[in-house]
Amino acid sequence: MQGNKSIKINFTVNDEKFEDVMVSSRQHLGDYLRSVGLTGTHLGCEQGACGACTVEVDGKAVRSCLILSSQVNGSVIRTIEGLDDPVMKKVKKTFLKHNALQCGFCSSGMLMTTKEILNQKKHFNRDGIRKEISGNYCRCTGYQSIVDAIEESIATNMKDINNG
Amino acid sequence: MDDITLNQNPKLGSIDRPNSYIGRSLTRDGAIKHLEGRGQFVDDLILPRLVNLAFFRSPYAHAEIKSINIDKANKYPGVLNIYIAEDIDEVCKPWIGVLGHLGEMRSPEQSPLVKKTARWQGEPVAVVVANTRAQAEDAVEAIDIDWLEKEPQIDMETALEKDAVVIHKELGNNLFWTRTVEQGDVQKGFIEASTVVETTLDFARHTGVTLEPRGIVADWNKSEEKMTIYHNGQAPHMMQHIIAKHFNISEGLVRVVSKDVGGSFGIKVHVYGDEMAAISDSKLLGRPVKFVADRLESFTTDIHARCHKISGKLGLDDKGKIIAMEINDLSGIGPYSMYPRTSAIETNQVLNLSGAPYIIPNYKAVGTVVFQNKTPMCQYRAVGHPIAVAITEALVDKGAQAIGLRSDEIRKINFIPDNKYPNKTPSGVPLEDLSHQAAMNKLLKMMNIPDLEKQKQIDLKKGILTGFGVISMCEVTNPSPLFYGAGGAHISSQDGATIRLEGSGAVHVSSSITEQGQGTEAIMKQIAADQLGVSMDTIRVTLGDTDATPYGGGTWASRGAGIGGEALLKATRTLKNNILQIAAIIMQTDIGSLDIENNMVIRKNGGEGISLKKLAETVYYRGQELPQGTNPELIATSSFFIEGIPFVFTNSAMGCLLSIDQDTGLTKINKFWVVEDCGTQINPKLVEEQIKGGVVQGIGGALYEECVYDDQGNMQNATMADYLVPMAYEMPDIIVDHVVTNSGRSMIGAKGAGEAGTGGAPAVIMNAINNALFSLNKEVTSQPITPEKILRAIGKI
Repeated sequence: MQGNKSIKINFTVNDEKFEDVMVSSRQHLGDYLRSVGLTGTHLGCEQGACGACTVEVDGKAVRSCLILSSQVNGSVIRTIEGLDDPVMKKVKKTFLKHNALQCGFCSSGMLMTTKEILNQKKHFNRDGIRKEISGNYCRCTGYQSIVDAIEESIATNMKDINNG
Repeated sequence: MDDITLNQNPKLGSIDRPNSYIGRSLTRDGAIKHLEGRGQFVDDLILPRLVNLAFFRSPYAHAEIKSINIDKANKYPGVLNIYIAEDIDEVCKPWIGVLGHLGEMRSPEQSPLVKKTARWQGEPVAVVVANTRAQAEDAVEAIDIDWLEKEPQIDMETALEKDAVVIHKELGNNLFWTRTVEQGDVQKGFIEASTVVETTLDFARHTGVTLEPRGIVADWNKSEEKMTIYHNGQAPHMMQHIIAKHFNISEGLVRVVSKDVGGSFGIKVHVYGDEMAAISDSKLLGRPVKFVADRLESFTTDIHARCHKISGKLGLDDKGKIIAMEINDLSGIGPYSMYPRTSAIETNQVLNLSGAPYIIPNYKAVGTVVFQNKTPMCQYRAVGHPIAVAITEALVDKGAQAIGLRSDEIRKINFIPDNKYPNKTPSGVPLEDLSHQAAMNKLLKMMNIPDLEKQKQIDLKKGILTGFGVISMCEVTNPSPLFYGAGGAHISSQDGATIRLEGSGAVHVSSSITEQGQGTEAIMKQIAADQLGVSMDTIRVTLGDTDATPYGGGTWASRGAGIGGEALLKATRTLKNNILQIAAIIMQTDIGSLDIENNMVIRKNGGEGISLKKLAETVYYRGQELPQGTNPELIATSSFFIEGIPFVFTNSAMGCLLSIDQDTGLTKINKFWVVEDCGTQINPKLVEEQIKGGVVQGIGGALYEECVYDDQGNMQNATMADYLVPMAYEMPDIIVDHVVTNSGRSMIGAKGAGEAGTGGAPAVIMNAINNALFSLNKEVTSQPITPEKILRAIGKI
């Protein structure tokens, strides 16, 4: 409780401007996003271990439980609710095709991590994909179907890039 | 993903027809919500005037409360109230976690909060209600409790010794339950045996680690005297019944809603004190309250599992035929038996299931379950199976080594032959429709053991310890009333389904089975569309709401497809018959000449049909066009439970190839194969996903997972960074294939598939590691098989 202050900040979430927002100085970004109804960002451990709460801040995948909301002044944030670009739309279809989720609690973080993998515009083999998602915990699938989906997403994305 | 795997079950009709969906790997379209961030998890819910809870939890494993002072905490900002045991006890009656059908169980009464003596670290003592969780947590820190620390009883192995600390004085000692199972004459069997092998295995405590922590929103509406619960549980009707009973509310006025659930694995099917306290708070305050556990609370208060030490002995003749098996299992369950399932079942499954694939004429199993000052232990995915399968398969491998047989040869010699069912486990439990021989033959073809043997020798020359192993196992699925009901537990073994045609020709299905991601919604759609003759997009499914679904047990013990699926199949056939009766009147023909295809009632011999839309419109809006006495029921409800046997068993064979780094002790799983037989596969892809996910959870138990305690009962690794679970990089790709032996207990023929992987993986990994260590004449016997244990085994440390 001590030292809890409100701070006024501006930022963008999924292309929507949040202006002159008062945030608590001790609230992490995940809690803030959820408090404004963006409940697709899930909190699994609140210590940066599970990856479920991963969001994109200024183009980078970030654990929203490890960053304070007061730190995102001026930032551009993207959450699971805003993954509607053509690439990620395809990725979502590919996840569905491979049943790369069961309970769905890790999916937001997995997709955010997948977005970062695709942003690298590199070919990863299955071991490479497994390494890339090794910060994202999934208790249901055993990971194999997620690796399948990401593998196909990388191939599709590289093909799309090569085709201009 | 639209491949037909097998023409699985003639009772369900030809697979080569329109709307044939059972047996196809259709995509789980309902899951798209999770990829859009639109799931409905408990913590996503906000209700008007919702308040939040945080608990003061015992910092000690065993301590007495001398005094509680909440005055300072009460003055903290945002705090509405702070409740202790005596407040909660006014609205919530205590419970006892014992059942009557398995011999005497002894466990004391339990209330939501500690009254006087805390008996595990993390037990809830007081609850703060505040506007926000953060405010509630602040106030928890200001609660002042004066404790009298008591010596804890931590080690299960000393729990029954004379000088042990007795956790519940009124019971006289720390024994919760013991049972002996005996078939044949085990003493005589061992005398006749020419070879006797023995081993003792340890299984650490681990826990479920659902990614979504336990959570509840309780909303007491005083004006209606109605309690609505939003709960991430597995069994809404069970919770409805329990809440009605313990809060003295009419069952009709308790509604339990369980929408999206972020993993359960058995963790979320028990009654927890903190959740009962949350319900109490809502009743006391008359406001909706929310409790969602944080990760520390999950680790220290979600049920733990395993925690067994088991010794076993196997007697064989000179040809490798098993004559006798004896096991002795000890388990520690924490300070209370959980309610309402009890904490006896894991041990009971060990006694029932050990030796299950084999003919063993003389069998004796003794189980002893004791109290200790650790987090309560109860049923978690594959209850008891990892212990039963590991002890059996370790002994069978040892027998093979002693006699000079290959590990597959000894199994083939001892399997109950596939054509000798119905049969019984060595413990006397009925078995039907199993295929150990066929499954093992298929597994061996996939594995190619001669190649693996060559690989092993090549690796050995390079200094790499490579090993492989095989196991066979039975999985308990689809329990009948004999599992819990016979013992007095109000846990339904029955499930129900309702299906109705709507005015537009759409079809609505509701089922008492719940969804935690297994694909319940998807398979219910497939069954309904397949059996009715409509397209998949016609069907909408409601699950997880006691106000909106038929009564039933919910999702646990791999029972959704076999029991809930059969109920829906029956209901769908009734609806179809009702529809065809009405169609026969409208079309002026006999019912036998009609069928339903592609949402149309068709004439089998050609000619004009009638759409379900038109038929529904006639019944619902223009009933006057039908002759008097027409049955207008375009809705049907059916129920189903397994009769005559305790469980519908499935079987699996598993194989594993791994290598061990002799410098680091790290085990790398190179390949993992599974052949399983769950009967009819409604959606083969979803079956495969259950197997793969299950295997990985089993790998967790075998190699990584352990709730580490110090000698004072403090859990040492209660964070996700310290408690190791399988992550993507360490996991192998898993190859799955099937044998299909339909269950004769239902038309649908489906058995369960959710737990085999978790039940079998620990055994096959241990066998493969010991296969690798055999050349050094070393072995490991304790799970998780950590690098340290391997390095100790091979003498490196």
